[in-house]
Amino acid sequence: MQLIYEKSTPGRNGVRLPASDVPAAAALPESLLRTEAAGLPEVSELDLVRHFTILSQRNFSVDTNFYPLGSCTMKYNAKVLENAAALFAPFHPMTALLPQGAACCQGTLGMLYDLGQMLADITGMDEVTTQPLAGAHGEMTGIMLISAYHKAKGNKKKYVLVPDSSHGTNPASAAMAGYEIITVPTAPYGDMDLELFKKAMNSEVAAVMMTCPNTLGLFNPHIKEISDIAHSHDALMYYDGANLNAIMGKVKPGDVGFDVVHVNLHKTFGTPHGGGGPGAGPVGVKKSLIPFLPQPRIVMDGEGQFLLETANQLSIGRTANFFGNFGVMVKAYAYIIMLGRQGLIQVSEQAVLNANYIKEKLKAYYDVPYDMTCMHECVFSASKQLAHGVHAIDIAKYLIDKGYHPPTVYFPMIVKEAIMIEPTETESKATMDAFIQVMIEAAQVAETDPQALHDAPLTMPIGRLDETKAAREQNVCCQW
Amino acid sequence: MNESHYCPHSPEEISEMLAAIGVSSVEELFAPIPSDLRAKTFNIPPGMSEFETYARMQAIVADNSKSMLNFIGGGFYDHIIPSVVDHLSGRSEFYTAYTPYQPECSQGTLQALFEYQTAICRLTGMDVSNASLYDGATACAEAAMMALRVTGRNRIVVDGCVNPFSRQVLKTYLYNLKVEVVEIAPLDGTLNRDELAKALDDSVAAVLVQNPNFFGCVEDFSAIADQVHGAGALLVASVYPVSLGILKTPAGMGADIAVGDGQSLGNPLSFGGPSFGFIAAKKALIRNMPGRIIGETIDKQGRRGYVLTLQAREQHIKRHKATSNICSNQGLYALRGLIFLSSIGKQGLAEMARLNRDKAEYAKAQLADIPGVTVLQSAPTFNEFTVFLPRPAAAVVADLLKHGLAAGVPLGDYYEDSANALVVTVTEKRTRKEIDHLAKELEAALCN
Amino acid sequence: MSMYFTKEHEWVKVKDGIGAVGISEHAAHELGDVTFVELPKIGAVVKQFAVLGSIESVKAASDIYAPISGKVVKINEILNSSPEIVNESAEDAGWMAWIEIADESELKNLMTSEQYGEYLKTL
Repeated sequence: MQLIYEKSTPGRNGVRLPASDVPAAAALPESLLRTEAAGLPEVSELDLVRHFTILSQRNFSVDTNFYPLGSCTMKYNAKVLENAAALFAPFHPMTALLPQGAACCQGTLGMLYDLGQMLADITGMDEVTTQPLAGAHGEMTGIMLISAYHKAKGNKKKYVLVPDSSHGTNPASAAMAGYEIITVPTAPYGDMDLELFKKAMNSEVAAVMMTCPNTLGLFNPHIKEISDIAHSHDALMYYDGANLNAIMGKVKPGDVGFDVVHVNLHKTFGTPHGGGGPGAGPVGVKKSLIPFLPQPRIVMDGEGQFLLETANQLSIGRTANFFGNFGVMVKAYAYIIMLGRQGLIQVSEQAVLNANYIKEKLKAYYDVPYDMTCMHECVFSASKQLAHGVHAIDIAKYLIDKGYHPPTVYFPMIVKEAIMIEPTETESKATMDAFIQVMIEAAQVAETDPQALHDAPLTMPIGRLDETKAAREQNVCCQW
Repeated sequence: MNESHYCPHSPEEISEMLAAIGVSSVEELFAPIPSDLRAKTFNIPPGMSEFETYARMQAIVADNSKSMLNFIGGGFYDHIIPSVVDHLSGRSEFYTAYTPYQPECSQGTLQALFEYQTAICRLTGMDVSNASLYDGATACAEAAMMALRVTGRNRIVVDGCVNPFSRQVLKTYLYNLKVEVVEIAPLDGTLNRDELAKALDDSVAAVLVQNPNFFGCVEDFSAIADQVHGAGALLVASVYPVSLGILKTPAGMGADIAVGDGQSLGNPLSFGGPSFGFIAAKKALIRNMPGRIIGETIDKQGRRGYVLTLQAREQHIKRHKATSNICSNQGLYALRGLIFLSSIGKQGLAEMARLNRDKAEYAKAQLADIPGVTVLQSAPTFNEFTVFLPRPAAAVVADLLKHGLAAGVPLGDYYEDSANALVVTVTEKRTRKEIDHLAKELEAALCN
Repeated sequence: MSMYFTKEHEWVKVKDGIGAVGISEHAAHELGDVTFVELPKIGAVVKQFAVLGSIESVKAASDIYAPISGKVVKINEILNSSPEIVNESAEDAGWMAWIEIADESELKNLMTSEQYGEYLKTL
């Protein structure tokens, strides 16, 4: 398919601007001007609409295909959330930061405050900042809060401890906050090895970062003991909220010893993933960390007015421009008030039910390296299929031909040929049954005709792409 | 009845599924969570229908002051958004997909982001762009971290005229990394070039400047680029993309990395987000770029296609040694930026930029006519400029807010000895009538 | 000329006090198609088993550790434009750097070809 630049015709344009009602300004000095116009597309509105409409049709999406991408919680995104966010389009964020400007923004500031309160209740925290713009940004913010906490106490800390099953963002975020990483292996029972953890813990550990349930979909029954051990070394417990969809109303991270939590609104709270973003990664903390929260911090005064705290010297400062991905907050807020207490509990229950159903139905066909009751996602290994020369990626590509977005493959890294399936609560039994059937079929084809799997997909506009060529040539910008 | 109508199972289906799993209740599936750890309270209010939800959201909107006439910027700008931007980015095939890990069924997102990267390169004059960062402020911080990696040095010099929020985010990002951030205090709202020369030495990884800067001043940093390169450092320029319709590009000035916020490119103000950050650089720096990058390649039949490339830089492979921790970016808003730029087009962006400047110059003249008001004259401006009022700007702005007028951003909160200074922003959306209204109201406020 | 290996799959071939360094065929095969080799700078002084450079394929990235201490006197610049040579000839044309060896006695910390062959069987 042609690029929009290849559809361009000199002199054409898609938008008519308002005519000027003021005199033309005197020209700027040449030294300040660009020498030629930027080579942007020159297309009519209709050509533009066709181009992007056709491009959109070259995507699998939640609205068109089952999308069981493990660890990403690709649930249905309710349409009313889009309408709700659009209501807030005209509000300029600087207004709230003007002298007495907060008074003009009581609706928006109040909503952020309420969202923080609800997320604090869900996670068992005392206060939440909505500033972080994505999960990884929340992690970085959270670890910076922990760093500020230790510095204020005069603690000398050097390490952040992560299990080897963790998301790659965990060690990367901790490194951005200046810490070295200690990785603890997973035990045969699927959780961080408790004995090795005890050995790795020392007084220089600033924080233990965990995902619970972890990336194998398992809830760590020793989590309280781990927290207690960490706290005995004055290390704080960090909760990666990527898998919060499994436990809403069932268990609160704050109750089991976590001190800092980030929440992925785009996963658990039904806001769309946008083809890669935006997400939002609010961070919740226990009382002892509140003084370090990012600025501006939204506070409520004695009369119920919302104000901005902007000059707290203990704060880690600003982690982003304004108040976070506000439009995403609107959607998450609407999602939470719409589903309510029972609705959120039901979300977690059915997410867990669905994942266990798929695990049970497929475990005769695919190896389950850690076979126990899972939470909201289940991890298989294509090790049986590997005996026929078929890899997880081949099964993934076969699924594409059958109209399914593949599960996450090759993650977690500790599982060979991993296939990580997260159905979410919004999928019907009929959809899952059809998917299960295709997965069984794939396992059969792996035995009878492995080449067919190597050749997939055949039904897409393109086949498997030469990723080595892309990496070596680095053609990342249209050159014509 | 289902509490969440987005959970589709009937009671019969749930029974069938439980039987297949071999448990008697959903609760049994939560047995791995020790009972003493279970939540004792859960205080979220009862749920409601989508209609009630929407009404509640409308009520929240009504709690904000209505119809504010905006003459404020500070990084976010009130620009036109062609209808096609909402409609095309609102296609759910785009917005309900995720990161295009599986290229065969994600060519829509991948090709669009390749086109986006191209647009950013052409706008900034740079060779390579990534597929977006979070926002303009974090993009400044990521650029600084890139320069630290490339040079192996440990000091960042920042022009004090750079947006204060970007400078604050930069400091927060670098605080724990044994990096020194040196700020050059502004000289009449422009870069103090003598002080910069003094600050440059072989410990400096990068110099960060902004064009137009927070005061609205437009500068040519070409000579600075030579000086910075002479010291072995990189020049990072933060730019306002709409201004690049006419202003000299970062590449044209010799910058090594260009960053900025994409809000002005087709994205609503939306109380500060989402927008997107962009980062573009010279080709030699590509392996040090943070975040997703889309590359062109072919399949076995030679058909052109697009993939995530150079992933070995990223956190999911390199973990703590990654170039950044970023995973989710702002893809949908980058797509909106691309649709905006494709819609407004080559000549349209230049025309839009000129319109901004014409309106701002008109406003400047009107405000300069108010007795006691003077205009900062140290450099030409684009669509923002600084005026000095005869008394502290904060009180005047607070007064005018009550009249539905956001008259500008007082500089006193961000710079010492600037209590009387006000930065006024005028985009193409402001009419002559509205500008005249601002002048009249400001004059009246100053008489009180 | 005898060849010595590290547990991290680097090799060194020694001649006249100079050690040619690269990664083993086994390592190159495990990585898959090499897309980038980050070479050390000429003149850099490295310690045995410290990071010398790095190597990337589409889906993986690994550090390359110096099999021996010394000063980098030459690098294989062809790898900048043709990293695929590492796949084609890991233990010959795919060499990465020459190191002026500081202390030949460090070779005793490495495996011989035979020992390395045995070591691979244990992985």
